Amino acid sequence: MTQDNHNNAYKFGMVIDLDKCTGCGSCMVSCMSENNVPFKEDESNKRDSITWMRVYKLTNGKSFPDTEIAYLPRPCQHCGGEGDHGHSPCVSVCPATATDYGYDTGIVSQIYTRCFGCRYCMGACPYHARYFNWWDPKWPEGMEKYLSPDVSPRMRGIVEKCSFCYHRYQAARDKAYYHGDKDHIKEEDYQTACTTACPSNAITFGDLNNPAHKVHQIVKPDPHPDPRNHHVVGKSRNPKVFRLLERLGTNPKVYYLSEREWVRKQGDHYLEGEWDKIKNHHGTTSHG
Amino acid sequence: MDSALIPEGAKRCSLPKFSIGMAIVGAVLLWGVWAMFLCWFKGLNQTNMNDYYGFALWIWADLAVIAVGGGAFFTGMLRYIFNIKELKNIINFAVIIGFICYSSALLILAIDIGQPLRGWFIFWHANIHSMLTEVAFCLSCYFAVLTIEFIPNILENRQANKVPFFHHLAHNMHGIMVIFAATGAFLSFFHQGSLGGVAGVMYGRPFAVREGLLIWPWTFFLFTWSAAAYGPSFTLLVTKMTEVITGKKLVKDNVVHLLAKISGWMIVTYIIAKIIDTIYWAYVTAPSLGFKLSHFYTDNSFYGYWILITEIVICGIVPGAILVIKSTRENPTLRLVAIILGTIGVCLNRWVMVLQIMAVPVMPFDTWALYIPSWQEVATTVLPVAYGIMLIALAYRYLPVFPQEKELNSVKPITESE
Amino acid sequence: MFPFSFEWVWDIGHMIFFGGLWYAVGILSAGMIYVILKAAWDTMSESINNSGESH
Ligand code: SF4
Ligand code: SF4
Repeated sequence: MTQDNHNNAYKFGMVIDLDKCTGCGSCMVSCMSENNVPFKEDESNKRDSITWMRVYKLTNGKSFPDTEIAYLPRPCQHCGGEGDHGHSPCVSVCPATATDYGYDTGIVSQIYTRCFGCRYCMGACPYHARYFNWWDPKWPEGMEKYLSPDVSPRMRGIVEKCSFCYHRYQAARDKAYYHGDKDHIKEEDYQTACTTACPSNAITFGDLNNPAHKVHQIVKPDPHPDPRNHHVVGKSRNPKVFRLLERLGTNPKVYYLSEREWVRKQGDHYLEGEWDKIKNHHGTTSHG
Repeated sequence: MDSALIPEGAKRCSLPKFSIGMAIVGAVLLWGVWAMFLCWFKGLNQTNMNDYYGFALWIWADLAVIAVGGGAFFTGMLRYIFNIKELKNIINFAVIIGFICYSSALLILAIDIGQPLRGWFIFWHANIHSMLTEVAFCLSCYFAVLTIEFIPNILENRQANKVPFFHHLAHNMHGIMVIFAATGAFLSFFHQGSLGGVAGVMYGRPFAVREGLLIWPWTFFLFTWSAAAYGPSFTLLVTKMTEVITGKKLVKDNVVHLLAKISGWMIVTYIIAKIIDTIYWAYVTAPSLGFKLSHFYTDNSFYGYWILITEIVICGIVPGAILVIKSTRENPTLRLVAIILGTIGVCLNRWVMVLQIMAVPVMPFDTWALYIPSWQEVATTVLPVAYGIMLIALAYRYLPVFPQEKELNSVKPITESE
Repeated sequence: MFPFSFEWVWDIGHMIFFGGLWYAVGILSAGMIYVILKAAWDTMSESINNSGESH
């Protein structure tokens, strides 16, 4: 039996407008403070510092005056895995079931007290969205008082990653329950920290399964498998929208939007001549 | 002084000389133990691993020792299940090498995990879909098998064997060894394979991912096969080293030739499979994901095509050919070259399947990541080597490891007594 | 690992995986118990025989 979260469940996701993103890093900062992400005294080595949300810089590779730059914020993509069955690259490999796929939300969780730090999931994630706690978390004197009480801090020796601010989902669910409609969380009641912090409104977050949500309207996800690659489900029918490394079949729930072709092309790898054939292929049918 | 413990009729160096040797190796061992405690108490920040290199030197060492330790299960299978009699002259040693390799692998894993005290979660909260879960279970069980196979040899020590219970226990264990060996072969098949599966199922990593059969990617079969192929080569290599160090012939040539021949044929068949796998991956799997072969071997300062050629041609086809051709196989120098190349080849394969996977950029705007291990990682990797040398030295000194030793070295009977 | 740990489900995957595992563990432990008991038995009967002979 395979499970999916196409029906009767939320499928939270986001779309990030790369033409609006200025690379200011507000999303990174808000994410760190929202989620009690520990930091080091010297954060210059990006390969061992924790950034659940990380902004990458892309360039079109051309020299002046044709140089163009784009910024690409990268949270955990909350991959649905091949065929969108919930076997995310990381979830399927974790030997201790310490990271799990929520079939009710589409969110990939991380169970801090269960993870024993084998780091297999980090190897399996092509987006480098997973971070290991190489050190004990330490906050400068007095700063512990500013930690969020809704998010448990993590201990040394385990892996952590973006949770789509799961505690905010829990709060929204509680609120919906309180108002007597526990199955319908309002769009505005559950928004991630990065979404709300972005000064240029580049991030749109919501339920990809809900046509009333803005994210659904922008992405127009195709519920059918891509006829060219059956592992790919939920491809956007918006020609300006793409996902990172979509061809691997990881089925991320984070989409990117750009008017610029060179930016969209950097979302994946293409053999020579392939891009021109593929770029206009979006989804199975044209409805929606 | 310790001659009462030394196997009857065997000649060993004096105890002081032996102790000095042990002390030197022991110093290296202590260095490793020191690094091990640093990692346990201060955490993995003692290493040069990072978020790109979650798997690094240790996992390579793990895979490598398990691959070369594969000689134990394969030789055991041939000896007990296929009943190839000659191999009884080398099986004890193959088992000891396997025991060392597997205990080392378990130790390295215990250092490698971020929360060693939670190590048992892998069993308790097992996710049966993870290759690593299968590895953990089969590895531990197979280690138990190796211990069981090693015990009779220990009990055959001159003094231990005088205790009637131990004498009978060793005898009875030999009696049903075929059952243990069969279970060991079953477990080995799965954990060797699953170690290959660890890489093959990472479908987010185009360098690693492979198609396969049912739930098993091709790397599953390739790893089992290569361990069975190169493991016996490593057994022969360590036997050769022991012979050189002790200055004695310990195993007859016909036994060596037989094992070399088996290893050779396994290597040849393996390397054919590996070439097919590589070609299919390079021309079908990777391109279907948008990757050209050159993506994996260019634009960085270390991983070039040389690694592919070294692994497959120099350390695969060459030793395979040397070992299957009778005249080259029976030439001691060429045979030695072949078993050294073979051992390097399988270790290189494991290196590629761990570290190169981590090094290759996957996101189009990402960069190659190279890594140099810290001294703590190196020391903890050397630790098992030192431990292995000590255990082999002890076993050789006090246990009847090589049944043919007496016959091959019977110049004059030893008349030492105390 | 055990049916009472909460991630356990009675599906085919768990049955094959843990079936194989417990089977292997069972064989190993049964084998060891057998040889130990047999060795104890052999030792005892030997010593009885010996003492019988010496008197
Ligand atoms: S982005 Fe990485 S961590 Fe997040 S779900 Fe995908 S594979 Fe897992
Ligand atoms: S590091 Fe933790 S979450 Fe990742 S695979 Fe290992 S146990 Fe699972």
